[in-house]
Amino acid sequence: MRALVVWCPDWPVVAALAEETLPPKQPAAVFSANVVQAVNGPARDFGVRRGMRRRDAQARCPEIAVLAANPDRDARAFEDVLAVLEQLRPGIAPLRPGLVALRSPGRFYGGEAEAAAVVAERLVQHGVWDCRVGIADELFTAEQAARRAQPQDSVVVPAGGSVPFLRDLPVEVLEDPETVGLLKRLGLRSLGQLGDLRAGDVLARFGRQVAWVHRVVSGQGERLLAERTPPPDLEVHVDFEPPLDSAETICFSARRTADAFVERLARQGLVCTELLVQAEADGVVASSRRWLHPRWFAAADVVDRLHWQLQGSLRAGEVRAPVERVRFVPETVVPDSVHADGLWGGTDERVQRGIARVQGMLGHEAVLVPVLQGGRAPADRQAMVPWGERPTGLRPTGLPRPGSIPPPAPARVLADPWPAALVEPGGRPVVVDERGAVRGEPARFRPSADEPWQPVAAWTGPWPVEELWWEGTPRRVARFQVVGVDGRAWLMTYDQAAAESVWWTEAGYD
Amino acid sequence: MAGTSAAAEIERLRERMQRMTDGVPRRPLPTHPALGGVVQLRTGGSYEVDSTSLALALMAGPSQAGEWCAVVGVPDFGAEAAAAAGVDLTRTVLVPDPGEQWLEVTAALVDVTPLVVLRPPPRVGEHVAEKLGARLRKRGGVLVALGAWPRCEVRLTTAEPRWTGVGLGHGHLRSRQVVVEARRGSAPPRRATLWFPGAPAEADRHEVPLAVPAQLPAHLPAVVAAS
Repeated sequence: MRALVVWCPDWPVVAALAEETLPPKQPAAVFSANVVQAVNGPARDFGVRRGMRRRDAQARCPEIAVLAANPDRDARAFEDVLAVLEQLRPGIAPLRPGLVALRSPGRFYGGEAEAAAVVAERLVQHGVWDCRVGIADELFTAEQAARRAQPQDSVVVPAGGSVPFLRDLPVEVLEDPETVGLLKRLGLRSLGQLGDLRAGDVLARFGRQVAWVHRVVSGQGERLLAERTPPPDLEVHVDFEPPLDSAETICFSARRTADAFVERLARQGLVCTELLVQAEADGVVASSRRWLHPRWFAAADVVDRLHWQLQGSLRAGEVRAPVERVRFVPETVVPDSVHADGLWGGTDERVQRGIARVQGMLGHEAVLVPVLQGGRAPADRQAMVPWGERPTGLRPTGLPRPGSIPPPAPARVLADPWPAALVEPGGRPVVVDERGAVRGEPARFRPSADEPWQPVAAWTGPWPVEELWWEGTPRRVARFQVVGVDGRAWLMTYDQAAAESVWWTEAGYD
Repeated sequence: MAGTSAAAEIERLRERMQRMTDGVPRRPLPTHPALGGVVQLRTGGSYEVDSTSLALALMAGPSQAGEWCAVVGVPDFGAEAAAAAGVDLTRTVLVPDPGEQWLEVTAALVDVTPLVVLRPPPRVGEHVAEKLGARLRKRGGVLVALGAWPRCEVRLTTAEPRWTGVGLGHGHLRSRQVVVEARRGSAPPRRATLWFPGAPAEADRHEVPLAVPAQLPAHLPAVVAAS
């Protein structure tokens, strides 16, 4: 069985550029901990290399796009490539993001080079410009062949031709810098020289990995592909004839489809935790939204999400024509054993229903669940997540955050700060200068325009914070705790740049 | 001694009367141990408080016992302070802006959660309060109103707040001593001096010559003196 390997070079960069919707020819590199992890061709022309520090990379190529490493994104983006290949030939074996193997189709497309051309054509149609194909007797040779191919081209190693092909390759193809260094110091420069050694000696001196390469180079290599089974098609849709224009009617008509959707998943032993709901009108997808569920979607949850989405879309005018089709796509499914209810307890059904009623009255964003996160300002230290959604993008708690206010936390955290005033005995506002020193002794204050002026009983601060200067919208504030003579304490902020007032009340220790 | 047993007797008789009028027994809800000396939450009751910290302390008891809590009309809910007071945020839902429908929303939440904290709009009518009160008694819920509430069972007010740890330009807010007063109908008010949050640290204790019960967890407000 011959193997066909498709290699998309610099895949992390390709995936990141695609996600950021930057042009594919933009010099770019993916960084992790300020060190280049992957770099694309245009940046490589400037001399940017893997393992380089960020400042060195930027010195060589100032216009380089700095992208964050995200293995999940790489795998997710590669999933599309896998889907394209699966249409051509079932039974593909993804090796890692950017590298996938399949059984060579042989003469089905008229020859192996032709098959490689078909693969490349499909991928280019899909927007993957740089893909290279190698075909050989086994996987290792096919991968090496793919790495030697030109963009959108292929290298075919004829049957039985693996040994001569591999023998000429330098030992650098092993990719493990330690092993490569060792082999070179011992005077072994090509795989052929390695292959001339005795198998037992290679295993004893270099370990299993090199021994395996040695076996391949000696012509005894064979590795079966671990094929993946194509994921079952779990998407469902319902057509309306004639099209419907009211959210209630659509939800009512989609109820049985939602039941079927959940049941079809259940038959596979799966539950859906992330759902894409799409509504089509006039032949185009008019409304599409991704929903996360804190546990998993039951049929009623699916209908709820459809209802909320349609209400929002109809109000926003996204859906102008009557809806002719509704589609439920499971974005993430997990085995149902992960989310099985305990024998006793679980989330209270009654509470769920009551809250759903409130959401029905006020809309789904009206019911929130508070979550803690890391931050400096009190308002940054908490997040409100709509009921029924999973919190995403929270800042981690527990990290040291210089400039944050020590506990106790304020019981009232104002969603929108109040314009306030804090003045010195003469009536001029207290100011904080460039160096963070307080000018003037706070004497009187007013937490908001509605509250009366009162003398300051105690005050402390400043806690200066300079943030977001790295994002181009610098924010320089200093926080104070102020206690009035009535015994109430407030968290007040001095913000030089604010338009309306320089003093703001952010929170109250009520 | 005679005074306390008489008070207990009155409490018992009052409860019997309540049972006769409503038909639903009123069961006590777990209440924060520090507030135990001042107020005991009972299902079907409405409680008026004037401080968010006090409302959080009232939430903490049922929340730690595994009950759900809802907070209606409080857009400035301090989640961190709530967590520090002992409220379980995973069983807390907020409806920050119910608008005109605050009564319907509160009633719907009373049906499913044993404790609802509500910041009522100014000037709530007697009949509205009575309607919600009937719902509370039927469902066995508790309403904590952050603001004036007619016909409340117990009115809790804070007075004489004193902050420790902060001076003129130095230190930071550490803890606050308040006198909490509970008024129940025409009965004489009960008072207790509480610390929010918790007792002050060792370093500050010399400023406060009052004994602090040692068995209370540190994150709970502690009673230092009840009168």
